[in-house]
Parts: sequence; C-alpha cells; structure tokens
Amino acid sequence: MSRAGETVMHADIKATGPSRSSFARLASMREAGLIVIILALCIAMSFASPHFLTWGNFRAMLMSFSIEGIVVVGMTILLIVGGIDLSVGSVVCFSMVVSGALFLMGLDPWTASLIGIAVSALIGAVMGFFVTVVGLNHFITSLAAMVIVRGLCLVITKGTPLSLFTLPPEFKAIGQGSFQGIPYVIIIFVVVVAIFDFLLRRATAFRKVFYTGSNEKAAQFSGIKTNQVKFWVTVLCATLSGVAGVIYMARFGAATPTFGAGMELNIIAAAVIGGASLKGGSGTIFGAILGIALLSVVTSSLILLDISVYWQDMIKGCILLAAVSADHFLHAKKS
Amino acid sequence: MTDAPVLQIRNLSKAFGPVKALSGVQLELRRGEVHALCGENGAGKSTLMNMIGGVLQPDEGEILIDGQPVTVTSPATAQKLGIALVHQEIALCQDATVAENICMAAINARRAPLMNYGEVYAQAEKAMKQLAPIPVRTKVADLSISSQQLVEIAKALTLDCKVLILDEPTAALTETEAQRLFSIVRDLKVRGISVIYISHRMAEIFSLCDRVTVFRDGRYVATEAIASTSPDDVVRKMVGREITQLYPDKLASDAASGRTLLSVNDLSDGSRFANVDLDLKAGEILGIGGLIGAGRSEIAQTICGLRQASSGSVALDGKPLTIRSYADAVQAGLVYLSEDRKGSGVFLDLSIAANVSALDLGKLTGRFGLLDRRAEADQAASLAKRLGVRMAGIDAPVSTLSGGNQQKVAIAKQLSVSPKVIIMDEPTRGIDVGAKVEIHRLLRDLANQGVGIIVISSELPELIGLCDRVLVVREGAIAGELGAGQLDEEAIIMLASGVQPTPAHQGQVNHV
Repeated sequence: MSRAGETVMHADIKATGPSRSSFARLASMREAGLIVIILALCIAMSFASPHFLTWGNFRAMLMSFSIEGIVVVGMTILLIVGGIDLSVGSVVCFSMVVSGALFLMGLDPWTASLIGIAVSALIGAVMGFFVTVVGLNHFITSLAAMVIVRGLCLVITKGTPLSLFTLPPEFKAIGQGSFQGIPYVIIIFVVVVAIFDFLLRRATAFRKVFYTGSNEKAAQFSGIKTNQVKFWVTVLCATLSGVAGVIYMARFGAATPTFGAGMELNIIAAAVIGGASLKGGSGTIFGAILGIALLSVVTSSLILLDISVYWQDMIKGCILLAAVSADHFLHAKKS
Repeated sequence: MTDAPVLQIRNLSKAFGPVKALSGVQLELRRGEVHALCGENGAGKSTLMNMIGGVLQPDEGEILIDGQPVTVTSPATAQKLGIALVHQEIALCQDATVAENICMAAINARRAPLMNYGEVYAQAEKAMKQLAPIPVRTKVADLSISSQQLVEIAKALTLDCKVLILDEPTAALTETEAQRLFSIVRDLKVRGISVIYISHRMAEIFSLCDRVTVFRDGRYVATEAIASTSPDDVVRKMVGREITQLYPDKLASDAASGRTLLSVNDLSDGSRFANVDLDLKAGEILGIGGLIGAGRSEIAQTICGLRQASSGSVALDGKPLTIRSYADAVQAGLVYLSEDRKGSGVFLDLSIAANVSALDLGKLTGRFGLLDRRAEADQAASLAKRLGVRMAGIDAPVSTLSGGNQQKVAIAKQLSVSPKVIIMDEPTRGIDVGAKVEIHRLLRDLANQGVGIIVISSELPELIGLCDRVLVVREGAIAGELGAGQLDEEAIIMLASGVQPTPAHQGQVNHV
C-alpha cells in the first residue's frame, strides 16, 4: 500500500503549493509524515516489547483495522464531497443484524448478506434524499439516521445478540479464513482500498466529487449535477458500511445490536488524520488508511505496554488534536 | 482647522517571509481631505491599510497621528485612535441584525450585563439614515450585497473617527447608491474627517478626491493634487509603463452586419424579468448594462440553462435550443462566466489544470471512465499560455494566483470547450488595470475569430470602451439599445434609472 510515488501523483488534483516540486512535497507531507510516525512508533515498540515485532502481532493489528478500513474509504470520499456520515457504526450493525436475522429465518447466508448490503445502500439513499432533495445537511441527517438505525437494530433483535454459530464454514471463512497465510479480511481490505484509491485519482466520476466538495457553486456553474454527486457518494459510504457489517458477521459468528457504537468517531478521526478536510475538497484514501493504521498501532502498543484500557480514548483524542493542529499550522504557513 | 497632517506614514516597511510587501512607503493625510490611494493589485495598498488599522505590525518605519508617533497594536487600538477601516470584503455577522452589527463596537465596550436594545436600534437608525433606508432590525443575511456594503460603511461612521479608510467601497454598489456615498464622503470632509479612498475607478477618484498617492510593487511612487494631474497620468504611474490604448479597437462598422449567432425571443422567468429579446452577431461584443439587481445576471443565467425559463425561446446559429441544464448549453457551445469569481467561478484549492477541465470532463475521459491526465495537462498548458496566465505551473492551486490571473483561469475553462457564444458577467471586477487591458484584448481577439460575446458590466467606461453595442436592462426588461455612435455614460445612466439625471448627480466624469 505504501507507494510513495503515487502520493506525489495525488498532487495533480489536490494541489497544495506554489510549484510542482514544492506542492508535491507538501501534498505528500501528510502521508510521508504519517509513515515516519508509524515507523518510529514501531521501532520504539520493538524495543519496548518483544511481542510487538512478530507476524502474529502485525497480523492482529492489520486484522483489527482492515474491516474498519473499508468504512474509512467511504467516509473519506464523503468528506471530500463536503459531507459526513455519523451513522456508519449503526449501518455496519444494521447490515450485520439484518443478514443474521435473515439467515436465522432460513435464507442462505450469501443471499442474506447481499440483502444486508442492499438495505444499507437504501439507508444511504434515504439520507441522500434528505440531503439533496429536502436540503438538510449531512451532519444532522446522519445524526438522525444513526439513532434511527440503531433503534431498528434493537427492534429486530429485541435487544439480544443473534447467535450465528450455525453459519456454514465457507461463509465464516470470509472473516476467519486465510489464503496462503493471509487472512481473507486483509485481502478484501487491500483490494477495496486499491480500487478506490485508483478511482479517486483517475476516474472522471470521482473528479466530480472533488469539484463539488471544493466549491459546490462553481461546480454547478461548470454544469456538474452536484446533487447527484452528493447523493451517490452518500449511498457509496453506506454501502461500504454494509459490506463491513457482513464481514464482521462472518468474523464473529454473531450479530450484536450494540456493535459499532462510537465507531464513526474512530473512522472520521482516521480520515482527518490522513488529511481529509471537513470543509470538503481534499483528502486521499491512502492518507486515511495511514490514519487508521496509526490509531491501530497506538492501540496495540498501549495494550502491549499494559497501559490501562481506560487511557486509550484519551490518547487517541490527543493524537487527533495533534494531527489536525499540525495540518492547520502547515496550511497557515503556506498561505 | 490646522494644516498639520492627521495621519502620517513614514518609511514604512513590511515583509512576509522573503516577500517584501512594502518597502519604505510614505503617505500624508491632511485634515478634511479625501485622499485617493491607487495601485495595481499587489501594490501594497491593503498591507498599508491593515497596518494603519492595527491588523498587521510594521517591520520598520512609523505611523504618526496628529504629529505623535503611535503603535497600532490591534484593531481596537486603531478605533481608540480614531481610525475606522471599511474592508473591501464584507465582514458582518450574517445572522445578526443590521443594528447589532452597526453597534458592535459599542456593545463590545459595554459594561452593563444586559443589552439595551432600544439604544442599539436608535443609534443604528441614526447612522443608517444618512446612507440608505435599510431597516435596522433586518438580519444582515437577508440584505443584498450592496446593502451590506452600506451597513459596513454605516458601522464605520458610528465610530467617532478622525480617519476613515474606504477600500473599494463602490465595488458592489449601484450608481445611485454610489452617488449617495459620495455625498456622504463630501459631508464628512466638511466635518473635518479625513478619508483614505482606495479605488480602481478613475472617474470616482477624479470627481471625489483632493489628492492621490500611487504605489507600485510595494513602493511609493508619487503624491499629486488631483487638480494638477490626469487619469492617464495616474494609470501610467500605477503600471509603470505607458498604456497607449486602454481599450482595443472596435469592430469595423461595415463588419457589424455578420450572421446572427444567438437570438433570444420573448424570454421570461416568471419572476425577475420578462419578454426579453436580444440578438448577438458573430464577432460582436454586446454589452449589457443596468443597475445591480435589474435582472442582468438572471437573464444571462436563464439563457444558459442555469435558471429555469417560464416562457420564450433561445436559438443558436439559427437552430432552436432545448436547454434543460447548463450542461446542455455547454454542449451546444454556449458558456457563462459568473460574476462571483471566488464564490462560483473557480475552485480555489484545486489546481489550474483541474479548473480548466471542469466544464467538459467527457472530452478528457478515455476508456473505462478514466481521466486522460496527459490530455488534461496539455489542454491547461496551452490555454494558460494563450491567455498569458502568470503561474508557477499548471499544478499550482488557483488560490496562489492574483485576481487577474484567477479570472484568466476561469476564462480558460470557458475556452476549453471552444464556445460559439461566451457570456461574461463582470469580467474584470476587482482586477487591476494591467490584467484588465489584457482581458479586454483577449475578448476582442475572440470576437475577431467569430465568437459572439456578451459582457455584463456595472462599469460604464468598460461598456463604452469595449462593446460594439449596449443593451440596458431596467427592472427586468430591456430599457433600450445604444449603438456605436450613441454610447456615453449619460445615455446609459438615463436608460438604467429611467429618469433624467439631475445636475447634482453628475460629478465630473472622466472616461478612462
């Protein structure tokens, strides 16, 4: 994933400095800076704990953010268009609960999962409707959706976790199995990230996402149907959340109606640490993935260092604040 | 009244990193004087004003008020010293009422724990009444830009100031509002208040001001009494070179009978304008004048499908057009450049290349819906070269460019689709003289290549100097047409306002 050459190419769209060489440097600074911080942390940890630098630990770390990483992809694109989605945690859970419930009703798990993903997309479409047709903003719409969808999860499950140990092994393999020692979860994650990173840089449709997020009015005055763009990006984010929900179900063999509560904060934090702007118009998938990787390495380190789990949220919050402050400082210096 | 200067600037310098914004400039403002400050964008006018207003601190030099050296550490200090600054860009709290905005300084200084709204409204009413009948209990967001500008000025007037700085105050005002502002400025002058008047409009400067100081590239050039200089001389000092011809040659009169490119018949939108007819010939520059709010932009946007028409038809090259969206208009070869460059013209944080290609991505899209970035770069590079965009490279974000160059990028975007008709709304607003001349030449060159061009402008000299023919819009209808021989300021103002201008409204008018 860490293709330094490609981060330079992001600069074509998201130019950030006065000349090719210096703006390319600045644009890649976020990604490069994150890579340096992550590596430094890894080196420090390898001395601090003998368990850190093991394949087992790395695999565990990768696994821990791979599924969330899929949601981060959708969130980053949504942030670029100038939106935000607070409902991702609820939608992940909803997809899981719907698929699980349908499976328990006798549907085969594959069809059940497709329906789970489809209803997630539908939630995205409903949010997209309220944003583009009714004219509410993303924050309020998704805040409402977060609560409503969580409520639906509780209604469907009557508040108790669905036990899905009867899922067939070939389905559970999505979340638990591996190919040549590499878990399928990680493979799916890498494929999703690679596809969307490429599309975001190269596809015309995604270029419209940048135009809309950078200056919606100017985009309209360039003949871009910005409402359509915002609608489909909202649907995309919810759909990817649905995909993540199905993978979680395969991994855990259960569907808990409270799963994913608070997940949205982690996901938004990762995208923002990775350089996505809440004002829209900028952000990269690669940066966002580095953002979630950093949060994951920190969590893993804290566990290995035997630091109380109660400290974790506080430390993550401080990292978010530091990353955003650093970025703000860099931007202020540039202009 | 003494002749001691109220405000003196001596040898002031300011650098931002390696960039010297100002080096050793001077300015002397006498009591009761209206003093124009001229210079192209980037000449250092705003930097100086920000230092006088306490927003920035000078690196070197001194500021004297009534002969006493002062340090203006903050905008609040500036207010205490009697300096009021009206920025070019509106800085009002959009969700607060007019009165709350006008009395902001007083409210800020207030010690009592509760607000006295009666007092606030009364005071605001008093300040606002001198300028325009804007109700003070209205929310600022509900006002037009020109009314907001007037609120800004009223706000400055409530401060008990000795020095009032007006930065391009008429940029968003209509002719009538501008005239009212001028009479207020003259009134302030009688009351002994000194005014620094920043403007690009020579006609205003020469009818309103006593002296003019010119800056160029962060340096002081000269101070002259208005009576002993001329607009040409001031422009020459601003640009540092001779501009032999401000406006390009017009269309030869025998060529004006070209084929009709665009014809609009009986167009209405059901609210802002009705029954508009217009014809545009190939190779012609047609001006559209009129007051702000008369419906000029709405007509243009409706022709292009950016707004919905309720009735009427548009034909391009003799073929009737069905335009459902702006994208359809672009496909047909009809493009519109917005008057609000930063708000809806360019994508400031995106690269020049991405800006230029925004209008027609389809053309640059190859197989599998992927963007051909080499084609994109080539297109941007060649258009930027053709328009003379001064830039570090096509990957630089548009925010790094000056206003004039940003506008060129916006025009490059329109040209990328090889349009048949270009409609430009205020194509040179807020752009310095040098870039303005270049844009005017470019428009004439395009016209000479057979493109039809419509220019909407509030600047009368631009309409008169650039256009072959001018239509004047009043209250949503075409009030009249002025041909080549009939173009002058008085005729346009008469049509625009619908009344014979009284002699009091006619300042000394100089064409530039």
